[in-house]
Amino acid sequence: MSVRFLIFAQLLPVAAFAQGFAGLGTDAEGFSVPQRGKVFDFPADHGPHPSYRIEWWYITANMMGPDGTEYGLQWTLFRSAMAPEEGEGWSSPQLWLGHAALTTPEQHFTSERFARGGVGQAGVTEAPFEAWIDDWQMIGPDFGDVTLKASGPDFAYEVQLTAQGPLIFHGEAGYSVKSAEGQASYYYSQPFYALEGVIETGAGQVPVTGNAWLDREWSSQPLSDNQSGWDWFSLSFESGAKMMGFLLRQTDGSAYTSATWIEPDGTTTAFEDGVFQGEPLELTEIGPRKVPTTWRVKLPEKGVDVTVEAINPNAWMPLSVPYWEGPVRVTGSHEGRGYLEMTGYD
Amino acid sequence: MTGAVAQALWSHWRRSPLQLFTLLAGLILATALWSGVQAVNSEARASYDAAAATLGEGQFDQITPRQGSEIAQDSYIALRRAGWQVAPVIEGRWNGFRLIGLDPLTAPASLSSVQPEEGFDFADYLREGPLSVNAESASRFAELTDRPLRIVADLAPDTVIADIGVAQALLRAEGMLTRLIVSPSQPLNLPELDEIAPELQLDPAAASADVGRLTDSFHLNLTAFGFLSFAVGIFIVHGAIGLAFEQRRAMIRTLRATGVPLARLTLMMAAELLLFALLGGAIGVLCGYGIAALLLPDVAATLEGLYGAQVAGTLQFRASWWLSGFAICIGGTALASSGALWRLSRVSVIETGRAQAWRALSGKTSVVQGAVAAILLLAALIFANFGHGLIAGFSLLGCLLLGAALLLPLMLSAVLGLAQRVSRSALLQWFWADTRQQLPGLSLALMALLLAMAANVGVSTMVSSFRLTFIGFLDQRLFSELYVRADDAEQAQALQDFLSPRARDVLPIVEEEWEVAGLPTELFGAQIGPSYIENWGFLDASDNPWEETARGEAVLINEQLARRAGLWVGDEVLLSEGVTLRIAGVFGDYGNPIGQSVVSYSLFEQLAPDAMPTNFGIRSDAPEALTRALINDFGLRETQIVDQASIKALSLDIFERTFTVTGALNVLTLAVAGFAILMSLLTLAAMRVPQLAPAWALGLTRAKLGQLELVRALILAALTALFALPLGLALAWVLLAIVNVEAFGWRLPMYLFPADYARLGLFATAAALIAASWPALKLSRLPPADLLKVFSNER
Repeated sequence: MSVRFLIFAQLLPVAAFAQGFAGLGTDAEGFSVPQRGKVFDFPADHGPHPSYRIEWWYITANMMGPDGTEYGLQWTLFRSAMAPEEGEGWSSPQLWLGHAALTTPEQHFTSERFARGGVGQAGVTEAPFEAWIDDWQMIGPDFGDVTLKASGPDFAYEVQLTAQGPLIFHGEAGYSVKSAEGQASYYYSQPFYALEGVIETGAGQVPVTGNAWLDREWSSQPLSDNQSGWDWFSLSFESGAKMMGFLLRQTDGSAYTSATWIEPDGTTTAFEDGVFQGEPLELTEIGPRKVPTTWRVKLPEKGVDVTVEAINPNAWMPLSVPYWEGPVRVTGSHEGRGYLEMTGYD
Repeated sequence: MTGAVAQALWSHWRRSPLQLFTLLAGLILATALWSGVQAVNSEARASYDAAAATLGEGQFDQITPRQGSEIAQDSYIALRRAGWQVAPVIEGRWNGFRLIGLDPLTAPASLSSVQPEEGFDFADYLREGPLSVNAESASRFAELTDRPLRIVADLAPDTVIADIGVAQALLRAEGMLTRLIVSPSQPLNLPELDEIAPELQLDPAAASADVGRLTDSFHLNLTAFGFLSFAVGIFIVHGAIGLAFEQRRAMIRTLRATGVPLARLTLMMAAELLLFALLGGAIGVLCGYGIAALLLPDVAATLEGLYGAQVAGTLQFRASWWLSGFAICIGGTALASSGALWRLSRVSVIETGRAQAWRALSGKTSVVQGAVAAILLLAALIFANFGHGLIAGFSLLGCLLLGAALLLPLMLSAVLGLAQRVSRSALLQWFWADTRQQLPGLSLALMALLLAMAANVGVSTMVSSFRLTFIGFLDQRLFSELYVRADDAEQAQALQDFLSPRARDVLPIVEEEWEVAGLPTELFGAQIGPSYIENWGFLDASDNPWEETARGEAVLINEQLARRAGLWVGDEVLLSEGVTLRIAGVFGDYGNPIGQSVVSYSLFEQLAPDAMPTNFGIRSDAPEALTRALINDFGLRETQIVDQASIKALSLDIFERTFTVTGALNVLTLAVAGFAILMSLLTLAAMRVPQLAPAWALGLTRAKLGQLELVRALILAALTALFALPLGLALAWVLLAIVNVEAFGWRLPMYLFPADYARLGLFATAAALIAASWPALKLSRLPPADLLKVFSNER
């Protein structure tokens, strides 16, 4: 997940206004920078960190209806700071962006929201936990027990998420390195949410159950200049184990990779650059672009050699930052489900 | 050879500079009036487009407060948090500018005012809080504020756009908004507006004033005038070209006899005309710019007063004017000269160069002219009976005017012929025959006079009818002496208690948005009593409209609703579930774009139980004392009270402004027509010497001949005026009964103003008399030697 985080840091100002605003500078002047050895403090760290340039609350979920139809949902709240501080009312330099999607095997619904900080239209409070933009919200008595809600012109969902396991810290205890040059972010996950709720499309309401994966990440550093996009996988195997891995594509054709292996009890193993491997098998033509929607993914140290295939290959997010994100099916050495996100293909 | 021919052609203009002047003046006038009016129109339209793009007016639904003018920012946040995709707007006056605060993050991306330019940095925008203005406003802006300015080219005039937070601070209205723009795309399961913010209401984009549509008719009006002026100018050009060709007949014959090929001669004369057209067109566009600059402030005031549309009072020079100005000028010249060039190509070398030849050819063409006139008038009849829409209305006007103009020489000729037959004395017979013989030369100028007069009669009838109707309507509608507005229901109740012993009558004015026959309508509840019964009039009504309405059995509707829904007195309409009422009356409602229905107050309370009256009309015999009492004893603010006189004055002022522009154009066209007559008579004067010489030789003195010239001009002008009157009335009828209904949805009763017409006829004949007096004076002082030369010289 870490990589989209940093690309987002680079793209958000463009994204937010979509009409040719200049991107952020590549320096991190004035903003706090992640340091090794941070001691996380909860629930405070579930809340926003306004002195960092970029932050997100990112949820993806694999779901199933009563007839066995597979569905996927995405709920994301991004925070982007124009200055490393909080301000009163409209003068707040904190901006918020929401992305939501609902994917069925045939259809893909998306929606996007924008908000200024400081006036109450969007924000995050840690206790009781609430993250919101407009009517979209992730609200709970606490982080382990939340209601997730979003709606667009042609879809809506409201699901209950209950944590069945501990928080997971990526990289070095939550300090996640993003490039050979050392760009990094703070990055932790809750991959153990059980999900129950209702989704709605134009065709009506469907009760669903499944599991969800939450990523929390914040930083101030953009990607390196030679990085063109990323492919990010979060996979849940039937054995109960889980795996997060990403490829960061470089302009010279090589890739920087990273992965975290998660045992059913939450024990993690982090893998450095080069261990995790991904190779596109099939491309799908979406508009003017070709996007790899079937992958061969390997993590040899854990005996993983699987085919990852999109449930709906047309899960394109035609938003201010366009990218591909949708649920996937996993077959091969391990069986399971998961989510795939790919950027830099537009 | 070309050089020699060019020199020969040019020598004609050197010999008659007045004719050259007439030709150029006609071209310049035609182009100037046309391009001036086009300039005004395009400037106004550009302003609307800028305003619409800046503010999204007419494009998006809006949310506004039910009462007052403010929306709490908390209500905005509550709506967003309920899923409503709305964007906040705060708007107010600031240092004479219209200041609008927007949130660029939530405002619809299509608003031009939130489109950032190349290299825009949102971080800087938030930190610095710049103000966006157009270049013209920026120049007046520098000393008002030290905030940075952003120049945004297509912003509406006198408008400042700022970030919402900056605007709130400048307007000292932190936490307040004035309206919300509703995005066309809303999420599923959106709660009702009433559940979240019952103090707010949703105004659909269609119902909020669509400036473009409302002002269309005004611009069509202007365009029609521009076209009319152009037609008048082209008549002058046609006349000048015709005469010039006529007078050069002898020269052309000589040139042909010396061996100049016809094709080259025709080509060179066409090139000569093209040169004149380019010259006249260039000067015309410049003059048009001047006219537009003069008219624009009036037009801007009119449009702002009548429709609330902001129009820049200053003019920008647009490249499109040059193009359209030249195009229309060259096209007009081609149109005006095609006949002359055609005749030229058919002149045979052996024919004599007499001016008489023209008369003979004209005799043949008069049959064609009559046929064309008949076809045009027939087309007008068809448009009147079967046409729909504004385009048909204006086509009807065009056919009617052109047809009548073409018919004019034939009619005059017939009248003169009749006069000649009934005359007994030789002098009179000669006079009529000579007048008739002059018709072809004068007919174009007379047509111009006819059109100008008809336009004058038509438009003044329309304006005066409108004025009369409108004043009557204001008296009818604004019968209360005072109008007061309460802040809330509580104050409204206290106000009623306070007023009941002091006023003759207190009439609550309650209104609710309603749908009647599928159309958006304002539903009013009226406490029917003597005030209404004595004052309100109807266009059509049953026997006892007020009684039936008071009993809750009937409804009264305005004309707009009646016409749009195809309803009339006696029809039934469904007002709500189970409430179907008969229409007891249709009332005129001028200046209001949407439908209105009136029911009794008790029925209104049943239909809309939540609507509370906060506005009241007060009948009082001592309104001034009552006003003082309301302010001093009751504690109303001065701004909550409006007296009837000032409402009427305001309405009339708006109305008067609307027609200042039309008035100015009216005077201008009449002046142009007078000029056309002068020029025609002057050019004819020289040609007429051979026809006058025999009469002089038979004993008529030059003074008598001069007098006869004056009488002739008088008679022709009077006859034209007589003919213009019915044409003008027909024009007025088309404007009132067809164009108005199509443009506004109401039909105005037509009143006649004989005194005005008589005065206009007097003006027209006076103009003709003045125009004829100089040629007549010249004639009476013509050296007898010149007259004698006619007999000694075959010319």
